[in-house]
Amino acid sequence: MRITRYAATLGALGLVLAGCSSEAGQQAEEATSNAPEVAQDVEFPAGSTMAQLAEAGSITVGTKFDQPGFGLANPQGVPEGFDVEVAKIVAGGLGIAPQDIEWKETVSANRESFIQNGDVDIVVATYTINDARKQLIDFAGPYYVAGQDIMVATGNPLGIEGPDDLAGKRVCSVEGSTPAQNIRDNYPEAQLTLFDVYSKCADALRNGQVDAVTTDNVILTGLVQGGQGAFELVGNPFTEEPYGIGLTKGDDEFRAFINDTLEQAFQDGSWAAAWDRTAGAITGEPAPQPPTIDRY
Amino acid sequence: MDFVRENADLFLDAFLTTLGLSLLAGLLALVLGTLLAAMRVSPIPPLRGLATVYVETLRNTPLTVVFFFIIFGLPQIDFVVGFFPGAVLSVGLYTAAFVCEALRSGVNAVSPGQAEAARALGLTFGQSLSAVVLPQAFRTVVPPLGNVLIAMVKNTSIAAGFSVSELSSLLPRLVNADAGDLTLVLVGVVVGYMVITLPSAAAVNRIERRVAILR
Repeated sequence: MRITRYAATLGALGLVLAGCSSEAGQQAEEATSNAPEVAQDVEFPAGSTMAQLAEAGSITVGTKFDQPGFGLANPQGVPEGFDVEVAKIVAGGLGIAPQDIEWKETVSANRESFIQNGDVDIVVATYTINDARKQLIDFAGPYYVAGQDIMVATGNPLGIEGPDDLAGKRVCSVEGSTPAQNIRDNYPEAQLTLFDVYSKCADALRNGQVDAVTTDNVILTGLVQGGQGAFELVGNPFTEEPYGIGLTKGDDEFRAFINDTLEQAFQDGSWAAAWDRTAGAITGEPAPQPPTIDRY
Repeated sequence: MDFVRENADLFLDAFLTTLGLSLLAGLLALVLGTLLAAMRVSPIPPLRGLATVYVETLRNTPLTVVFFFIIFGLPQIDFVVGFFPGAVLSVGLYTAAFVCEALRSGVNAVSPGQAEAARALGLTFGQSLSAVVLPQAFRTVVPPLGNVLIAMVKNTSIAAGFSVSELSSLLPRLVNADAGDLTLVLVGVVVGYMVITLPSAAAVNRIERRVAILR
C-alpha cells in the first residue's frame, strides 16, 4: 500500500511539473514571438530621417501614458498598448529594437508642439487625423479607425441608444476633444459637462452627476474596464476617427516609409497580432479590417 | 484678426464666468475669514479649537483636493452641488483660511492697550472686536489681504478642470482645435486675468494709502 501511495504521489508530482514546464516553455516562446521584427542591415537614402534614426540607433516616440489598451504606463513607467506596439513596428522597420525606443508622454494638447519643436520624432497617441492639424504636421496612416460612442451606467436606465437620444441629457466629455466639439456642433440640445480628464467623467457617471460619457470607443472601453461592472457601452459608433502617426510637416520621405511599413504590417499579420495582444485583449474583439492608408 | 472676431464672445463669456467666480468666492472668503479670525482670538477654547482645525486643514490641503472632495466626494453622501456653486464653495472655503490668518496677524498688530481700554469701558467681546479692534486690524493688513485675494483670482483657474467654462478652459478648447493659435489664445487668457487682477491691485494700493495708520 505504502509503495503504491508513494508511486502515485510521485507520478502526480511529475505530471504537475511537466505541465508547468511546458507552460513556461510556451510563455517563453510567446515572449520571443511577441517582439516585433527588427530589420537587420537596413539601408536608407543618405540624409533622410530614416538614415539619421537608424544610425543613431534610437527613436523618440510620443504616446499616451493614460489610455488603457492604447498607451498606458506600467508600474515601471514604460507605456504599453496598441499605439506602443505600432510604434515598435515602425521602429523595427528602422532597425531599432524596442528597448532602444525613448518614450515621452504626449497629452492631447501638446502633440503638435512636441513634433514642431523636435521633442519627439513621431507621435502615436490616439491621434485623430484632421485638416486643421495637417496644417502644422503631417500624418502617416491611418493605422486604426475608432468611432465616437456613448457610455452609460450598466442597464442603460435612460435608454440612450444613440447621439440623438442625448437631447436634454447631461453628457460628459473632455474639454478640447474632437468628440466634445462634435456634440457642441451637431447635437446642441445635449447638456455638455466638460472636465480635463476622462477619469473625472467616469466618477461623475458613477455618482449620477451626468447621464452619459461620450468619446472615442477605444477610450470608453478602458473606462468600462476600470469601472468594474458599473458602466456599459451603447455600442453604436456614430463618427469615424482615423488614428494616424504624427511627424514633422514636409518630411514626405519619412511619411512614405512609415506608410510602407504600416502596409507591410497589415499584410503580414503583425498589426493584427499587436491588436490581439493589447486592445483586443480588453475588448475581446478580434482585429478589425486594416484601414486604407491615406497617401496625400 | 479673424481669430479675435471668431472667438470674442467665447472669451467674453469665459471672462465673465471667471469674474463671477472670483467675486462670489472672494465674498465668501472675506465673510467666513473674518468669522474664523474672530473665533481664533475669542476667549472660548472650543471656538478657538474649531477655527484652528479648520484653518490648519484647509491651508494644508491642495486646492485641487478640496475641489475633488466637494465636487466628487460630497455626492457620495448625497449632498450634490452644481459645478459652479461647487467651485465657488471650494475656492471660497480654501481662501477663507488664508484670509483668517492674514486678519489674525492684523489683530495681533493692534496694540493690546486698545483691547484693554475697550474692556475697561465695558464693551463685550463682540463689541470690542467689531467697534475697536477689527477696524484697526483691517487697516493694517490691506496689503497681505489684497495679496490673498489676487492669488485667489488665479486659483479659480482650477475650476476649469471641474466643468466650469472659465478663462483657463479656453486653452484646451481652442488649442486642441487649432494648435497654430496657441500664442494668441495664451495672450487672450492672460489678458483676461490681468483685467481682473491689475485693477484690483491698483485698488488695494489706493485703499492702503487712504487707511494707512500714521504712526
